[in-house]
Amino acid sequence: MSETLESYQKRWGHLRKVLERPGPFSHPEFEPSSEILDFIMTSCKILVIGAGGLGCELLKDLALMGFKNIHVIDMDTIDLSNLNRQFLFRHKDIGSSKAEIAASFINKKVPGCQVTPHFCKIQDFDESFYRQFHIIVCGLDSIVARRWINGMLVSLLNYEDDVLDQQSVIPMVDGGTEGFKGNARVVLPGMSACIECTLDLYPPQVNYPLCTIANTPRLPEHCIEYVKVIMWPKENPFNTSLDGDDAQHISWIYEKSVERALQFNIPGVTYRLVQGVVKHIIPAVASSNAVIAGVCATEVFKIATSCCVPLNNYMVFNDVDGIYTYTYEAERKSDCLVCSQTPQVMEINDPNTMKLKQLVELLSENTSYQMKSPGLTTIIDGRNKTLYMSTIKSIEERTRDNLNKSLVELGLRDGQDILVADVTSPTTLIIKLKYLVDDVEMK
Amino acid sequence: MSSPAPKSPEQTDKSKKYDRQLRLWGDHGQNLLENSKVCLINATALGTEILKSLILPGIGSFTIVDGEKVTEEDIGSNFFLESDSIGLSRAQVATQCLLEHNPDVRGDYIDESPEHVMSHTQDFFNKFTVVIATALPEKVLIPLSKYLWESNVPFVVCRSIGFLGYIRLQVKEHTVIEAHPDSENPDLRLLSPWRSLREHLESIDVALLDQKSRSHVPALVILFYYLTKYKELNGGLVPKTRQEKDILRKMIRDSPVADEGSIKLLEENFEEAIRYTNTCLAPPSIPHNVQAILDDDCCKNLTQNSPPFWIMCAALREFVECEETLPIKGSLPDMAADTTSYITLQQLYHRQAELQAEIIYRKASDIARDLGLPMDTITQNEVKMFCKHASELQVIRGSCIADEYERTRLDLSFYLEDPDSLMFYYVILRGLERFISEFNTYPGQFDDQVEPDVLKLKGIIGKLLSEWSCSQVLRDERVHEVCRYGGAEIHSVSAVLGGCAAHEVIKLITHQYKPLDNAFIYDAISSNSATFCL
Repeated sequence: MSETLESYQKRWGHLRKVLERPGPFSHPEFEPSSEILDFIMTSCKILVIGAGGLGCELLKDLALMGFKNIHVIDMDTIDLSNLNRQFLFRHKDIGSSKAEIAASFINKKVPGCQVTPHFCKIQDFDESFYRQFHIIVCGLDSIVARRWINGMLVSLLNYEDDVLDQQSVIPMVDGGTEGFKGNARVVLPGMSACIECTLDLYPPQVNYPLCTIANTPRLPEHCIEYVKVIMWPKENPFNTSLDGDDAQHISWIYEKSVERALQFNIPGVTYRLVQGVVKHIIPAVASSNAVIAGVCATEVFKIATSCCVPLNNYMVFNDVDGIYTYTYEAERKSDCLVCSQTPQVMEINDPNTMKLKQLVELLSENTSYQMKSPGLTTIIDGRNKTLYMSTIKSIEERTRDNLNKSLVELGLRDGQDILVADVTSPTTLIIKLKYLVDDVEMK
Repeated sequence: MSSPAPKSPEQTDKSKKYDRQLRLWGDHGQNLLENSKVCLINATALGTEILKSLILPGIGSFTIVDGEKVTEEDIGSNFFLESDSIGLSRAQVATQCLLEHNPDVRGDYIDESPEHVMSHTQDFFNKFTVVIATALPEKVLIPLSKYLWESNVPFVVCRSIGFLGYIRLQVKEHTVIEAHPDSENPDLRLLSPWRSLREHLESIDVALLDQKSRSHVPALVILFYYLTKYKELNGGLVPKTRQEKDILRKMIRDSPVADEGSIKLLEENFEEAIRYTNTCLAPPSIPHNVQAILDDDCCKNLTQNSPPFWIMCAALREFVECEETLPIKGSLPDMAADTTSYITLQQLYHRQAELQAEIIYRKASDIARDLGLPMDTITQNEVKMFCKHASELQVIRGSCIADEYERTRLDLSFYLEDPDSLMFYYVILRGLERFISEFNTYPGQFDDQVEPDVLKLKGIIGKLLSEWSCSQVLRDERVHEVCRYGGAEIHSVSAVLGGCAAHEVIKLITHQYKPLDNAFIYDAISSNSATFCL
């Protein structure tokens, strides 16, 4: 290390004051000492998930809060529209890996800081990778990815005689922003509300009914959805699937949408709106990302050093009208699908009439499951049986007929365990069927 | 490959780069931003964090005023400095580092202290759109706040110390047309429809519609139809109480004809009509804040110097005196209906809004002409925008920071009744500022002086409270905590405040969204915040 002791002492003087002096509001177990700064600089390992709007800010914040051993994962490359807020990127970086450019910027700027980039998906790593970190911070725009990492951290928990081994808990700090709104939360897996416990906080995605789009369009969005969902597959103008980042594709959608809107006298189709609808664009500004990342980094620092009691456990932020924050304790769900350690029971009114299709729909639409494409298997007479799986084409074709069979016809009994796999979770979930009628005739 | 004739508008690099924010404040907001000139006093970590979140979205230019040299401590907390720049001008290094982040923004610096600039260059600070200051000592803060107040330049004062943050906005008068409220009720005028709308609504006999047409008629038509029926049965009165509205709702609910299986199914559009009874049966009223604006002296007594906002308000006032309502917003929420029925209705609303905006535009032009102002003082598009947002207009009149410091009696007792109030941190920060001006150091700056400084700071705060005639006692632990910080600036706390302050500056520049009124305290220990009007 090229830093002399004196310059090191001075440079980190800000942090040393809060770490080496006692404070009336610090954590009960806090013992001020110079070893705390040593710990965050030499041993503490942090993982940042996402190197986008929040990720860039998080890396800067953590590097200046003394953390030196940071990993960052992001599968995306840099786009021109990122530059209004993702400040570690330049015009010349467009097309390069976000994780790699962000890491090299920080490493160059903050001497001694070592950010290790991973240009890949979070699903590319297994539990041995995630287990190495002390704290995980998420700056993600995807709910599926959040749920996946949440499931991963819960799967790392050890229970001995139903008692949670505290050593196996990896705290997760999660941030999210949309326009001038944001939230930050601290999740202690197995101890406080996890992402799945509060799944109903995420608003359902807006979907326009197909019949409106096709027959009675009223809004410009209806016209755009029509072109995207119905005309594109039919006309296949570029012999490829729709790519929201391809200007030619967007132009085609725009022109056809304008035509359709004209035909129905619907005002308001603009190029910007077309892009927004096709790509599900969420507005974003630098300031909100700075705020939420700052809150998250502060919480990481508190957890790592005990210099203050961490946020318990959810904060919302909104600066549309003045500056508003609100902090509350999100509660654990006693039967949480992921973290509750209780078997999931699904009550079935009548297994003679309930079809597998309805079971799949329930898993997708029910607010406490919200799965994307659940794959269902079970064990019958000691043998594995795939009931339905949509993600692999050959299996989908082979199991498609099962969808229209009733649970009884499929040989599923009261108390049967159904193993459910979905992109929202790294592990398979077990759901136990509970029949509410007695007179089930098994064939 | 079939390539359609290119009719799509050409997207400029700029509109692509700023796309995610243009969806929030629009091209007109961006235009104001790109023409703004921002001044930052003191390039502390907090100062550069604020500027960063202004440079990225593309302000026109910035100027940093800072007479300090870069220190080791600066490097440890401020991202926008270079680690090998110790001893160089902090203004210069920060300017260079910040400029890297957006080539569209121009940047300049003055490596002199703010007091030097104030005393040597007349009219330096009044040429900016907004002035921001961090870590500014009282003796400069007070004259500068007076000067900017007189010059009518918004002033944003911020401080970040330990886990504590403070933002104070000083603005003499700030007007907002687009407040972008999170939720608003639709403006439908069902109780007092204008002629063309009334004729249209009356032309549809909902009870006579066949099964198919029933499902295609917009909820608004349904609601108007049953409202008329209700009035016929109730001596022309409109349902006001919940019980009365329940009767109307029942009329709608009972409207379908039973089919063969004698099952009555209520269509989606009828369900919508029932929901609209909650929001659309109140007579159109003028919100208090808008009425106050119309009654304001600035609205009644225009001069040649009146900004377009007040001229449009005066035109609106004339309109309201005549019509007794605000102009209609002109937008119709989506409702289950067939295309033609919906679009016909939508066009009626749109045309009425255009018509009213035209009337107000003519009034505004007349007023401008009578004041001897040029023809292009007010444009038709401006007036259209103004009318659309007439119900959300805001005027904020702040207070001068210097007054707050010179007023011997600052009435904080209301806030201080609550022992957990974050207002206590405001009191501590005022004590901290006085401490700095008396001892020229932060309380607790030196390890061996923490305890003596706690006593000194407690003494100062006690004196302040008695000057303000406040009888409340400050909890000692809070004074201890601030002395623990010893002037430390925690980067992540500055990052939070920097984001907050930057957005307040954007609000001031774009005249969109409602700014803070007028002091904000952030406590990073508990992740709580509070706003106080000083």
